[in-house]
Amino acid sequence: MSPQTLPQQVITILLCAIATMCTRFLPFLLFGGKKEVPPIILYLGKALPSAVFAMLVVYCLKSVSVTSFPFGIPELIGITVTVVMHLWKKNTLLSMFAGTLVYMLLVQLVF
Amino acid sequence: MDFKSPELKTAFHDSIPVMTGYVFLGMAYGVYMNVNGFSWVYPVSMAMIIFGGSLEFVAVTMLMSRFAPLQTFLMAFMIQARHLFYGLAMLEKYKGLRRRPYLIFALSDETFAVGGSKTLPEHLDPSSYYFYLSAMDQFYWIFGAFCGGMFGSFIPFNTEGLDFVMTTMFVVIFLDAVLKEKTHLPSLIGLLASLGCLMVFGADNFIIPSMCVILVFLILLRSKISASGGFQ
Repeated sequence: MSPQTLPQQVITILLCAIATMCTRFLPFLLFGGKKEVPPIILYLGKALPSAVFAMLVVYCLKSVSVTSFPFGIPELIGITVTVVMHLWKKNTLLSMFAGTLVYMLLVQLVF
Repeated sequence: MDFKSPELKTAFHDSIPVMTGYVFLGMAYGVYMNVNGFSWVYPVSMAMIIFGGSLEFVAVTMLMSRFAPLQTFLMAFMIQARHLFYGLAMLEKYKGLRRRPYLIFALSDETFAVGGSKTLPEHLDPSSYYFYLSAMDQFYWIFGAFCGGMFGSFIPFNTEGLDFVMTTMFVVIFLDAVLKEKTHLPSLIGLLASLGCLMVFGADNFIIPSMCVILVFLILLRSKISASGGFQ
């Protein structure tokens, strides 16, 4: 269960919503009147996403221990299946399904 | 709502590819919240007020961790930062439209992908078209989240390991980004910075340092990254 109290949960959710709304409304508020967009902003807009998604993959795996059993092997196999499936079929939902299924079978039946 | 309006028909037609993705991913999200012990009210309200798929998944992990408002806000902002650029791209299209605040509120990845690339025929009213498109896309997502959150507990098999669905989602999004970029420096910076910070700061505290290191390196290597032909 969540270690947060109900008001804390509400604040966490609202902060996520407010952060999202900042990213959606700011461009219209700042540049709606035909102001030039600074080049550094345009650059970060293109460069940031892949770096942030790399960080999120690491974030998902932050609690995996590579020094104790099962050494992250189920995660490694699950990710490999997801990647291979995606390179092969290019279908997001199928890749996610295959990777998750293999991972579930591994943690339930093998490790 | 006029069910015969040509704007509604066109918007529905254009939203069909989004439907499968949002309904199934929304269901996965609802089930994910369910197996983590949250009632269906959570995924449904979060789908309504946040309406950003990848962040909603991460928000579950945030809710399962110690209360950390600053980290929550900064991380949410970084995850959603790409929306800043959807907005820039839609400045002209959304100019002067009715219900513009809702259109901006609901500008998700998929709605941008469809709406941003759409050239609307002259006889269709853009206000209605973009409103129907945005509302239908959001409805698919809320519907999926509701089904998953409501019926997740009736899943007749062992759900251990189902959490991994979030990992696979980000692996796929990251892989798509890697395949599209001309230089892999930003991806490498993201990977190395976060792995390094994870080792130095530990699992509970590495996100804010990672974001700083990523920003610093992206700015330091700007000319090199831009010179390599840019992106996409």
